[in-house]
This record gives sequence, C-alpha cells and structure tokens, in this order.
Amino acid sequence: MSVVTNTTTIGAIEAPSRRNTELALLAFAVVIPVFAYLNVGLALNGEVPAGLLGYGLGLGLLAGVAHLVVRKFARYADPLLLPLATLLNGLGLVMIWRLDQSPRLIQRATTLFGGFSPDAPKQLLYSAIGIALFVGVLILLKDHRILQRYTYISMAVSLVLLILPVFFPAVNGAKIWISLGPFTIQPGEFAKIIIAIFFSGYLMVKRDALALASRRFMGLYLPRGRDLGPILVVWVMSILILVFETDLGTSLLFFGLFVIMLYVATERTSWIVFGLLMSAVGAVGVATFEPHVQQRVEFWLNPFAEKTWAQSEQIGQALMSFGSGGTLGTGLGQGDSDLIGFAANSDFILSTFGEELGLAGMMAFLLIYGLIVERGVRTALAARDPFGKLLAIGLSGALAIQVFVVAGGVMGLIPLTGMTMPFVAYGGSSVIANWALVGILIRISDTARRPAPAPAPSPDAEMTQVVRP
Amino acid sequence: MNKPLRRIAIFCGLLVLALLVRTNWLQYVEAEELNTHSKNRRVLIERYANERGNIIVDGKPITGSVETNDTDFKYKRTYVDGPMWAPVTGYASQAFDANQIEKLEDGILTGNSDQLFFDRTMAMFTGDKRKGGNVVTTLNGAAQKAAFERLGSKKGAVAAIDPQTGKILALASTPSYDPSNFAGYSGKDEKAWLALERDKDKPKLNRALREVYPPGSTFKVLTAAAALEHGAVDDINAATDTPEPYILPNTRTPMVNHANGCKNASLNEALKVSCNSVFAKLGDKVGRDKMVETAQKFGFNNPEIDTPVRAAASVYDKTMDRPGNALSSIGQFNTATTPLQMAMVTAAIANDGKLMKPYMIDRLEAPNLEVIKNNEPQEMSRPLSPKNAQLLQEMMENVVEQGTGGNAKIDGVQVGGKTGTAQHGENNSKNPYAWFISYAKTSDGGSPVAVAVVVEDSEAKRDDISGGGLAAPIAKAVMKAVLDSKK
Repeated sequence: MSVVTNTTTIGAIEAPSRRNTELALLAFAVVIPVFAYLNVGLALNGEVPAGLLGYGLGLGLLAGVAHLVVRKFARYADPLLLPLATLLNGLGLVMIWRLDQSPRLIQRATTLFGGFSPDAPKQLLYSAIGIALFVGVLILLKDHRILQRYTYISMAVSLVLLILPVFFPAVNGAKIWISLGPFTIQPGEFAKIIIAIFFSGYLMVKRDALALASRRFMGLYLPRGRDLGPILVVWVMSILILVFETDLGTSLLFFGLFVIMLYVATERTSWIVFGLLMSAVGAVGVATFEPHVQQRVEFWLNPFAEKTWAQSEQIGQALMSFGSGGTLGTGLGQGDSDLIGFAANSDFILSTFGEELGLAGMMAFLLIYGLIVERGVRTALAARDPFGKLLAIGLSGALAIQVFVVAGGVMGLIPLTGMTMPFVAYGGSSVIANWALVGILIRISDTARRPAPAPAPSPDAEMTQVVRP
Repeated sequence: MNKPLRRIAIFCGLLVLALLVRTNWLQYVEAEELNTHSKNRRVLIERYANERGNIIVDGKPITGSVETNDTDFKYKRTYVDGPMWAPVTGYASQAFDANQIEKLEDGILTGNSDQLFFDRTMAMFTGDKRKGGNVVTTLNGAAQKAAFERLGSKKGAVAAIDPQTGKILALASTPSYDPSNFAGYSGKDEKAWLALERDKDKPKLNRALREVYPPGSTFKVLTAAAALEHGAVDDINAATDTPEPYILPNTRTPMVNHANGCKNASLNEALKVSCNSVFAKLGDKVGRDKMVETAQKFGFNNPEIDTPVRAAASVYDKTMDRPGNALSSIGQFNTATTPLQMAMVTAAIANDGKLMKPYMIDRLEAPNLEVIKNNEPQEMSRPLSPKNAQLLQEMMENVVEQGTGGNAKIDGVQVGGKTGTAQHGENNSKNPYAWFISYAKTSDGGSPVAVAVVVEDSEAKRDDISGGGLAAPIAKAVMKAVLDSKK
C-alpha cells in the first residue's frame, strides 16, 4: 500500500478520458440546432426548410472532425468544452438564418445598400474556418507551454493588432475594424487571446517580484514603482483604445483581463483594489470629454427618452424584445426582434434569443456560457504549471467578461459597448478567434488531466509504516 | 494559485448570476410593461396582424379590413361612410393609434381578448386563420344618416337615445373626418392626419360626447322638473308670481325676456314661449342645492358616463351664489352640457321619469358569431316621478304644438320638445348655439326616441327662434327616421 500525494484537483492517476461522453454530448449539440432549424422553417414558411439535410450534415461533419481530432491529439481533454461551443455555434447559425428570412431586414438592406445577401452561409464558412483553426491548434500545439516562448512577440503582436484599427475609418462610430480588400477583420477578438498569452508569460516570471516586494500602507500592499510600470502601461493603453478607437468594450475586456491575471499571479487583493480604482479613474476621465461614451451612458440611462429614441432606438427595441418574449418566448421565427434593425444578427442577436425562446431559453443560454467559463476555470485549477493556470484563467476570464459586457449591454444592465456574443453572433473574426480560444483551453485541459508519471516512492512513507506485509 | 482561482470562479459565477437576475427582471417582472410600452411597435403589428373584426350597425359592418403587402402590418382598416360613423367608431390607424370603440374594444376586434381564448385555442388546433370578433352597436343607420345629412355643412352634433332602453340610436358630429384617410402609415396618411390636427374647426372632436355647450333655454325643462319635484310648483297652469322685469336676487340686473306675456305666466305658458324671468325666479325658489340634486340625478357632474366611450362631464355648479344659480336655471352662467346629456334629460322625461343608462354597444360577438357579452338595459336613476314626468311631457308637447318648437311637428305623432339658444363668449360676443331637444311618442304612449341637437351656427339670430329654426328640423328628421324604421 502506497500513499499518493495529490495536489491537483483532478486525480493524477488514470483520469478517464471521457471521449465517449464528449461524443454523446456532441450528438445532442448537433441535434438540438437541427431541430431548431426545422422549427424556424416550419414557423416561417410552414414547410421543412430546403437546406435542413445540408445544414445538419455540415454541422455534424464539423463537429465530427473536431471530435476525432480531439480524440487523437488531446485524449484527456475536458469533455464539455467542445459540445458546448458546438451547441452555441449551431444555435447562432440557426438564429442568423432566421434573421436572414426577415422581410423587414431584407427591405431595410435593400433600401439602404441596394441589395440583400444572406449572412448564414457566410457564417457557416466562418464556423468551418474557426473549427479548422481549432483543429490546427490541437495538431500543431503539442504542449501549451511552447507559447511561453513567445511572451514578448505576443506583446508586440497584440499591440499592433490593437493599434491598427486607428488607421482605418470608423464603422458606425467605433474604430475596431481593419479592412483588407473584401475582408474586414476585428483584430480585438484575436488580440484578446494573444494578450492573454503575453500576460501569462510575463506574470509567471514577475509574479514573485510583484507579490512580495511591496510596502504595506493603510492595510494595502503597495507595489514598487518599477513593478507598477507594466500596469500603468496597460491602463494607459486601454484608455488610449477608448479614446482613439472609441471602443469601450475592448478596453474594458483588456483591463479586466489584466486585473484578473495579476490577482491570480500575485494572490494580492490590493491589485484588485488598484485595478478597480484605476479603471474608475480612467472611465470617469474619458467619459467627461468623450461624447461617444457620454452618449452610450445616456442611452443606457434613458433608453425610451425622446432624444435617445431619435438618435438610436436600439437599446429600447432590445429591451422591448426581451419583454415581449416573456417567460416562454414567442417561439422560433415568430418574434419581431428584427425591429432592432441594424446589428440585429451581430451585437444584438441575444435579443432574438430572448424574444423567441423567452426567459427559459435565456437562462439556459446564459448557463451554457457560465458552464464554458467554469470548465475553463476548472482547467486552470487542474493545470499543473503556473503558465497554464494563468493562460486558462485569462482565456476563461476574457470569455466571462465578454459575455457579461455584451449581454449586460443588450439587456440594459450596463451601457452598451459593442462587442459580439461569442460563437452566436454573426462575424468572422469573432467565431474564428473563439474557436481558437476553445482550442487552447482544450489543449491545457488535456495536459492537466493527462495521467502524470507515477510519483517516485517516498522514503518518508516507508518510515511511517508500522506493519510490513 | 488555487485560492485566487476559486475566487475568480466565484466572480465569474456572479457575473453570470447578474445576467440571470437581469433577464428575469426584464422578461418576468417588467415583461408586461415592456410588452405594452407605447413605443412597442408589436402592439400595432399585432393589432393589424389578422383580419380585424367589424363594428356592426343594423346587421351590416361599417368597417372593413384590406390586405396590404406591408412588412409590418398585414391588414389595413377601412370604413364605410367614414365621416358619418366616425363619432361612433373612432379610428384605428397604423401610425396614430386608435380611439373610441376601435380602441376600447381592441381586444375583441383583434381577437386577442381573454374572452376569445377558447376561439383562439380552437383556431390553433384547426389551423384556421385567426380573426377578430365583432362589435354590434345599438345604432340606427337611418337615424344616423338623417342626423349627419341634416347637419350637413353646419357645425354641430346630434345625440339620439331610445328612452325605454338607453340605447344610443344616433351620434353625429360635424364637421367630421374619414378615418380611412389615415388608417395606414404612409406619407399621405400623415398629411391627412396633420391636416386634421391643424384644422381650426376640429373635425376630430366628437361633439356629441366630448364637447360641452351652454344649454340655453333647453335647460328650462330641467328647472321645471326640479320645481315640480321639490314642490315649488303644484299646478303647471297656475299663475306664478313673477314680476316684469324680474331683477336677479342680490343684484340690480334685470332678467331680459325675449318673449312677451311673461309677467305672472304659468309654468306651462312660460315653457311654451320660453320666459327667462319665470325660470330664473323658479330656480332661485328651488334653491341651489335642490337644483344640483335634480341635475345630478339626470347625470350632470358625473365624469364617468361611459357609453362605453366616455362622455365629457356636464356641469351644474355646486358652489355658485344665488344670482349664479338663477342664471344657471335658464342654462346660462357656467352651466355646460354635452348633447348626449340633454338627450338623457329628454329621454328621462319621455320615459316617465326613469333614466336609462345610455350605451351604444349591444353585444360582442366571437369570430364565429357566438355572443360573448350581451349588454342589457340598465336603470341609471329616477330623476322625477311618473306624474311629474307626464306633466312635463304635456308642457313639452305644448311647446311643439303652439310654441317655439313648431318646426318639429310630425303629422300623426305626438312630439314634445324645447328650443334653446345659448349665448356664449364674453359679453355674448360669440355666435350663439341653436339647441333643440325633443322626443316622439307612438300611439301606445311609449317613446322610441329622444333627440338632442346643437348647431353652432354663425348666422343664428339671438332668440329661441334660432333653436326652433335651425335645430328643430334636424331633430324632426332623426325622429322620423326612427319612427319609420319601427314600422
């Protein structure tokens, strides 16, 4: 009989691989959107939608490929992440297709842009690219610790990605896009992953200096000036993004991410206090002279005021959309969420879920996101190396903040900031980047759950033995 | 690093919890409020999503629905003889909401009412297209037509009631408007709406229910009723002790009579020629409080006369001084009344003192024509005894037979009436209103119709002749239409 010292949450010995669980869950994650698709078709046109078979096979194929790659290259990965992401992606596709059928939106596009092209096929293509990237991450990234080598390159890349949109024209008031020929990319979505890599690498090295070399002042641990430097840089950067790109969402995400990772790395509550103080100072400072931000706050406080209504009905329309959904919703295809008009299938897609699936659907929907995030946190807990821990918590924290900021904005809990709901909203950058994010999380969870080499026999254990067999 | 990780997990959980609480708040607590918000276009979309039920007169719809190929509104409201029926139907517009019956019975007309729950559920199972129910009115098409056509280009209103039941038979108001002109939401509809809004003659105003006018001499029948009820007069043919000129109490102002022979005239004679002095003195003798009591029994000072479209409250001041009360007794000072109210006064007299609650919706029908709600006649009050009511009838018939109301005479029918010309404006500078109230009796002694007519006419001469000359022929036409349709 030997004693095993176990410091990880998930057992070091022979964790079951759970691949078959994943497969069963994936089957659900494909079947549910297929039924939703059928439901929309029946509700809108009274007939089985023509693309049902193609759509079902497409989604099934993508999920199947992803599953096989996980089975081969990440045997011990968390079994929930892939099905949850697939379910969200599938439901998002259904909803985008449903909004494509809206005569109101078609008419709007025709009068504004002289033509209408459906978004669902494009989104299906983006999902395929996203899953390809997911597959690429799992095949090429044998061990997440390799990413540690690219700490400073990541910093440079993320800086470039964040600054680039300044040189491109603003789209609908926010400079968050770069356009390359026919493609427009939202670099912020990719930057959030790359910056998490940079933070993990940097903090893993500097965590002791940040945590210990500090003076105590009024119950708080004040960091030394030179350790404070990077934080100030991040703070200034997030404010600069806010000012030059008028992108409240990305700066919030960016800053929240850094505070979370700093706190986890240093285990010092004082960092959170500093973080909140600085973000408050930054936000208030910017809000006093940035009309775009002031306007957002005004829209949030008085969504139904005549002045707000004249400038933008969106928030009010979204709120009424949720209200009209009520407890059980109007049923897929039977709501009027397309009254929101602009961005109905991207930033505001959640309203359509709210109206057509109701409170019940919304709760389920939010819990799916909650589950993804908590599986990510669990991965962080299970990870055996600090870099993996930091990266996993960074990525899941980013996802949590993004979901909160977007859903909270659409539901009028906080001012609207204009990011996309991961996986469900229409938009190439968002879908592709989030599949990459899940890929990295799966890679970390695989490493974390992989059976560790058997611990060396401990001489101490021998000594406490009373009776020898 | 696991302790802060667990805390971050809790933090993320709290973020999700906040979203869950918010979605419950929006979709459960505030759902109703958001769903019926005035800016929520779904209310309108829903109103026009299905073929709207109809408002029915004499078994025929006076409204309709046409299918449009609009993305928001599938159906548009149409009206048959819109201007004539507008005071009854109100309007239902995609851009400008709805009013009157169209709004009050929206639930039945759209089919969304809880009362139609069974029909909706059945339609869901049978796959039938959802349809609205119908509102069947009490109105008499011929009477309405007579009222509207006789008013013609004049500004004014007519209200006609069946005294025995309280059923509203005609409700006309001119100038009127055609609700079809702005039933949609196009630029043309908006222009039509704005033109109505800006029109100085206020065509959208429902003068029969929502406008209060000084009643002038027609109010004298109410003063006579109060005098009889409260014992100020026992014999309608006995001479009253009225001087000529009569000086208003507590003042040096003489009460001017337009008629001759008012000195000591009997009540019957005074009503026939419309003596101001006799009624001012009588009103003073009855006293303010008792006058108020009788007026209120007839429906004055009641802000909730719902037909179901709410009528404006008619006013008999409860706090005025003695000379004010004397002036009010001849329908001046700040006494004000809707045409409907004067029709109610006439109806109560014609119905032997029993006032029936006026109503214009006979029944509500489900799309399959099954009756959902049947409105029964209701007694509202008994403002005077049958004996006194008959005395008043005698006097009012006298007015038509020999007095100022000659223009309302109908061959072979007993008609009672009273003329009135109401001066208004500062120093009576504005043009007077010509009034006529009347009822007609059938051979069995019952009365099938009581009418009140008001004409805001600029050419009217300032005496009772204008009431008899302008308004009485309109009342006669309406009464005749009702009598003819009874045959």
